[in-house]
This record gives sequence, C-alpha cells and structure tokens, in this order.
Amino acid sequence: MADEGLVPWRQLALGCAMPEAGSAKRFNTGDWRGRRYPVTDREKCIKCGLCWIVCPDMAYLPDEGAQGFYKWDSYYCKGCGICIAECPKQAIDWREEKEEDKYGPACGS
Amino acid sequence: MARRVGLEVSLACAEAAKLANVDVVAAYPITPQTHIVEHLAELVADGHLDAEFVPVESEHSAMSACLGSSAAGARTFTSSSSQGLALMHEILFIASAMRLPIVMAVANRALSGPLNIWNDHSDIMAERDIGWVQTFAENGQEVLDLTLHAFKVAEDARVCLPMIVNMDGFLLTHVIEPMYMPDQSEVDAYLPAFAPQQRLDIAKPISMGMVGMPEVYTEAKKASLEALLGSYEVVKEHWAGFAKQFGRSYKPIESYRAEDAEVLFVTMGSLGETCMTAIDELREQGVKVGSVRIRLWRPFPVEDFLAAIKGAKGLIVIDRALSPGVPTGPVATELMSLLYAKGLKVPVHNFVAGLGGRDVTRADFKKMLDKAREAFAAGGEMTCEMVGVKE
Repeated sequence: MADEGLVPWRQLALGCAMPEAGSAKRFNTGDWRGRRYPVTDREKCIKCGLCWIVCPDMAYLPDEGAQGFYKWDSYYCKGCGICIAECPKQAIDWREEKEEDKYGPACGS
Repeated sequence: MARRVGLEVSLACAEAAKLANVDVVAAYPITPQTHIVEHLAELVADGHLDAEFVPVESEHSAMSACLGSSAAGARTFTSSSSQGLALMHEILFIASAMRLPIVMAVANRALSGPLNIWNDHSDIMAERDIGWVQTFAENGQEVLDLTLHAFKVAEDARVCLPMIVNMDGFLLTHVIEPMYMPDQSEVDAYLPAFAPQQRLDIAKPISMGMVGMPEVYTEAKKASLEALLGSYEVVKEHWAGFAKQFGRSYKPIESYRAEDAEVLFVTMGSLGETCMTAIDELREQGVKVGSVRIRLWRPFPVEDFLAAIKGAKGLIVIDRALSPGVPTGPVATELMSLLYAKGLKVPVHNFVAGLGGRDVTRADFKKMLDKAREAFAAGGEMTCEMVGVKE
C-alpha cells in the first residue's frame, strides 16, 4: 500500500495519458501469482496449442526453439490454472514455486 | 446578423450544436430530451450537419461512444435526462478524469420511482460530484448561448473538461420561446475549430484511460480537481468574450432587485423567472425581497455568491430535489456548509419544491416568504420543508 504519491500532481500527463502505445506489455501480472505455476510435460504434449488459445494473459507463446511446442512465460502468468483444466492430454500440472525461482525462466521442461 | 426567431428550446439547443459544427453526436432519446436528439439526427440525415450520428443502444453506450470520439479528437455532443443520465453515471467520472471536452445538454427530470417523466433536479443532483463543469439555464436564449459557451470552455487548453448545460425538462425544453439565433459566421468567430490538446493518433500513439494505482490515484484526482477549480476564470472569460461577440452578458450568479433586499430567494434554472415575477408583485406591496440565481453550479462560484447575498438578513433556498436523510435539500446543504466555513450566520430557510413536475407558482413564493419570515423572526433553527405536500 502506498502512503505517498510517485509523481507530483502537476507533472502528471493530461488525463493521466501515457505518451506511448502498448505500455501494458510491461505490466508484470506474473507478480500476482500464488505459490504454484503450471508446467507442461512435453512427453504428453500433442502440440495442439490449446494452452496458447485459452490463456487469458498471453503467458503461452510458440516456442521458437522447439517446433510446435508452447513456451510458458512467468512474467505474465497469474497462475489461474485454465491451461491445466483445458489441456486435452492432462500434460500440464502444478508445480510448487520456490521463492528463488519466482522470477526465473522456469519454462517448459 | 442574428435572426429573431420563435423556436422550441430543444430545437434551439440542437441548432447550437449544429452552429458549433460538432463532429460526432452519440445519443439515446429519452423524454424530455428527445427533441434535441431527434432534431440533430434530422440535421445529419438531411445533410445540414456534417457529423457522425451514432444511434447507440443505451446511454451507457452513448457516453462511452462520446469518450471514444472525443479521445480521437472529434468535437462531441450528447444529451440526456433522468434515468438516462443515471445510466451514464460511471462513464461520466471517466470522461472528466480523461479530461475529454464533451458537451452534454441535460433536460432535468425526476428520477423514478414512482415512474415520473416530469421536471425536477433529482437527476443532476445525483451527479454533482462527476467533476464536470456545469451551468443552469433559465430560458431558451440561455440554453442556446450556454451551449455555445460550453464548447468554448470545455475545449480551452486551460480546462480540458467535459461540460453540462442543465435546462428544466418541459418547462424549457418543450416551450417555444423568442430568441436571437446567431448566424454561422458569428459563431465561427467566437468558437474556432476544435484543437485537441492530445488525441488518439496512429502516427503518434498514446494510451488513454490507464489504470491508476494507489501511488498515482490521489495525484490524478488532485489534477482534475484543480482543473475544475481553475475553469472558473475561463468560464467568466468566455462569457465576457460572448458578450463582446453576441451582446448578451452572463455572470456566475445573477441577482434581481437584491441591493436593498432583506430576504433573498436562491434558485437555479427556470424557477428564477417565476421568482422574479413574484418579487415584482411583492415589491409593489413594499416587501424588501430579491433573488439570487445560481447559473454556474460547478465549480461553485463561492465569492460571487457571498458578494450577492451580502447584507441579506435571511435566505430562502429552494431545492428542486431531495437529499433524503440529511436535514436539508442538496443546494441548501452546500450553501449552509459554505456559510459556516466563512463564519457567516445568515439564517437559511429551505424549501423543497417542484418535485416530479409539480408547479411552483407566484403564490407559492409568497407563501414561502411568509413562512420563512416567521421563522427568521422567531430565530428558530434552520428547517427544510417540502412544499405542497397533501396531508
């Protein structure tokens, strides 16, 4: 909780506008996640891409290093578990998050 | 040159928006505002006004569409009333926070229930804190003039806030009145094309309507508040400019026979005219009574009001809305708080009159005066009374 403002009121842009587009990209929604995160078992994964489609936070994107797979992004994942519930092969499951790897890559595997 | 015309006040309001060359009208019809929207739709359809008319599915959508069009840099106008204004409620705060100079005509009407389409001020009294600049018109000419003035104030770089012109539903909107209709060149000289301070532009992208975390929200509110308070000088400046261009002058607070008055009526909107007629009759009987009419409602013109009531031994504040559960009506509550803050002990007698289309006549003013004078003489506590309640 803030007890003081970040910016003096006179310095705020008119109507609090941001002088750039797409600033929400920098919004670290992964910070909202609880103590667990989804992990895909690529042995079970059939590359259907449903996790990419159903994720409300764009936390799955095509994995450029592994054709057909999808890479999880800890920066945006809020840990809602929709991907786990929707995966047709039960290839995604929870893993307990350790404090030290909360902001780490922790992708795929 | 201006023409002298006889015109329904709703149509005059729409003609003002046309003369202001609005780019977008997004509105939903609701009694008693319907003729304003209807006439604008007609002007656009017949090619007399080069604007986008967005026939939305609700007032919530109307104000949302206005937000978008104003953010895109279009001069934007809408109009509403009562339940429609209430349905806009949440978006009204966003419009002022985003500093979008939308102009809206509000045909004041009661809120349901019971379902009632007639005039009072309950709709706008529920929207006092939306952060818009607000004026109250007394007659048809004022509706026309204040609408033109609203664009000038709202779009001023020092203000950048939305603005409402209030007009009594039916009592003004549905009455045909004589008025001076300015021609296009006069209006163009007063009101140049809209030059937005910022707008959505693909070539130079910005993001508007962002989230404001606790670290920012308080400062954002302070910035909007200061803009609203600062609009006071701009409102007056553009009234002075209006007088120069059109020859009709306006003030934040209007006084009538108030110089030596012992008791002053305080009114807003069309009630002021009935009040003046009653005052003329009372003056003939030697009663030292006058009136003060609030034209600029937000930001409230504190100093003008105090100057206008100076010397009065009692105020009769007439509210056209209830504020259930507190001692007085909304206008009286605010005025008494103001008097207290300034250390002034002017007795105030508050009446709530004209609810849901109930007539307020000259005779009613006389009755109110008698009751208030009795109360002032008795030195009793300030009271609020609903006028004409049948027991």
